[in-house]
Amino acid sequence: MATKTYESGLDKFNRTSKGINILFNSIFLVIALACVVPVIVVLSISLTNESYIRDVGYSIFPADFSFEAYSFIAKQGTMILRALGTSTLVTVVGTVLGVLLTTSMGYVISRPSYKLKSFLTWIVFIPMVFNGGLVSSYFINANLLGLKDSFWALILPLAVSSFNVIICKTFFTSTIPDGVIESAEIDGANQIRIFFSIILPISLPVLATIGLFLCFSYWNDWFQSMLYIDNPNLYSLQALLNNLMTNADALARNASSMGVSSAELIAKMPKESARMAVAILIILPVACAYPFFQRYFISGLTVGAVKG
Amino acid sequence: MSAKPEQLKRRKRFTWRKQDFELTLLAIPTTIWYILFCYLPMFGIIIAFKQFKISGGFISNVVNSPWVGFKNFEFLFKSNDAWIIIRNTIGYNIIFIITGIVLPVLFAIMIGLLHNRKASKVYQTMMFLPYFLSWVVISAVGWAFFSFDKGILNQFLGNIGHDPVNWYMQPEYWPYILVLLNIWKGIGYGMIIYLATITAIDSSYYEAAVIDGASIWQQTRFITLPLLKLVIVMMFILSVGRIFYTDFGLFFQVTRDSNSLYNVATTVDVLVYKQLKSATIGMASAAAFVQSVLGCITILSANWIVKKIDPDSAMI
Repeated sequence: MATKTYESGLDKFNRTSKGINILFNSIFLVIALACVVPVIVVLSISLTNESYIRDVGYSIFPADFSFEAYSFIAKQGTMILRALGTSTLVTVVGTVLGVLLTTSMGYVISRPSYKLKSFLTWIVFIPMVFNGGLVSSYFINANLLGLKDSFWALILPLAVSSFNVIICKTFFTSTIPDGVIESAEIDGANQIRIFFSIILPISLPVLATIGLFLCFSYWNDWFQSMLYIDNPNLYSLQALLNNLMTNADALARNASSMGVSSAELIAKMPKESARMAVAILIILPVACAYPFFQRYFISGLTVGAVKG
Repeated sequence: MSAKPEQLKRRKRFTWRKQDFELTLLAIPTTIWYILFCYLPMFGIIIAFKQFKISGGFISNVVNSPWVGFKNFEFLFKSNDAWIIIRNTIGYNIIFIITGIVLPVLFAIMIGLLHNRKASKVYQTMMFLPYFLSWVVISAVGWAFFSFDKGILNQFLGNIGHDPVNWYMQPEYWPYILVLLNIWKGIGYGMIIYLATITAIDSSYYEAAVIDGASIWQQTRFITLPLLKLVIVMMFILSVGRIFYTDFGLFFQVTRDSNSLYNVATTVDVLVYKQLKSATIGMASAAAFVQSVLGCITILSANWIVKKIDPDSAMI
């Protein structure tokens, strides 16, 4: 017998024959490559010389290696830097705000003796079933709340999801012993203090799960920008790429502030590879981060799937 | 038993404690968020029954716009779009539900059978990558392959002596491309959900089966699949509950909003967005209203069915 310890029942008893194992392995190798290779293609296009792309087209491997696109982006500066800044700021502020709003509500409706518990639970629950739809949300956000062309349009509408609140509530009711809260109450701590200095520190697993979900959804969001942002100074990286996909000159057009004429810039710009370089700028942090956080995601997703 | 209502009544008469006050303070920010971003739009839904003007103050507009009853809906259902968007929305969703269950279950079972645990982890991680990409990024990836003059697919076609295809102008390919992309993006996610259930199955079932001389196929059929059934049914019902909603990014970004693909890529969400942006509010609000109401009905019925199957998993 092998000396490895196995986690699942399938491993120990359900051993397939060698031939089938090789077959399955090759199937998965192909599928796994199909999931990763397209991203590598984008990377290699971003590293290909513009004139080569113009003459031959995109290629799977960087045929005529060049950092042209990246150095153009670096030199061209402001637009990209500002978009990178917006994306980062939106992700950080949004995640912190979202986690606070979600966990505080989750905690409040997890307290069994709280007077308004069932009222607030309904407040959280109803939007899971019924919503106002895109048109009326758009007008409320853009006209009534004045979020059109505002930084907060990228943050506020995505901050809370009832689903996350329910996950928090379930976590608090099932893992935090009543005694902890009661003894703090006896010591004279008020509920707000209990929440911030006792509940949050011992709830790291759920904070991590929800924080990660929020973090990735803010980083990847393009829809809010498309709906509410017209001002190029407020573009996130996603919005910038979106703009570049329809109009490759967008980068150069907005660079006139550098003192170079935009016509000259447009002529010099490595359009095709610059597009893909921006895509890589978006993908890189995600691709580096997610394998480390995969565990949290899996637990979060399984909670979501089973308890949906 | 008889004391209970009495007790309840007394508890209700309890004065507002300090604790309740503090908890309410804690809940106020999120409650305000809910009112602004969830409940106000619910009332804004009356736009669907009005002839709404866009310019000027919002509230005065809503109040002053004349009622038109079901005119907007009439307009929507009499248009040619109605049939196309209903067909696309429901048709794609049916295909997505089937492929979104069969393939992940199949792959989860297969990957659970691999001998090498490390390799299986590597495959899972690689297959999970597309799930973390935004649709804008995926549309850039798509462009690298489908672009007419530079795309990799057309270069490949050229190499084997075939004429290049103008992919973004040819609707006949897109149902396949969209379905494939949807599978591509979601496969890692789906697989992991089922795999989590499979790895949680008690190994003594398999031990007993092996002692009885069951083959791997028999073990899969009589142990793994029956124990997966509950999760499968749940995932099925949840996705049926969202049958009037589609992934806007898939249908709008990836097709690059190409007019030639209108018939194969316009779903309710795409129509609503486009009408909203072109300021034809009447039809957009009617379509959004229909989507919300039908969505609500399907979700509630799905939940009702879940409750019949497994009371613990129901939402309400």
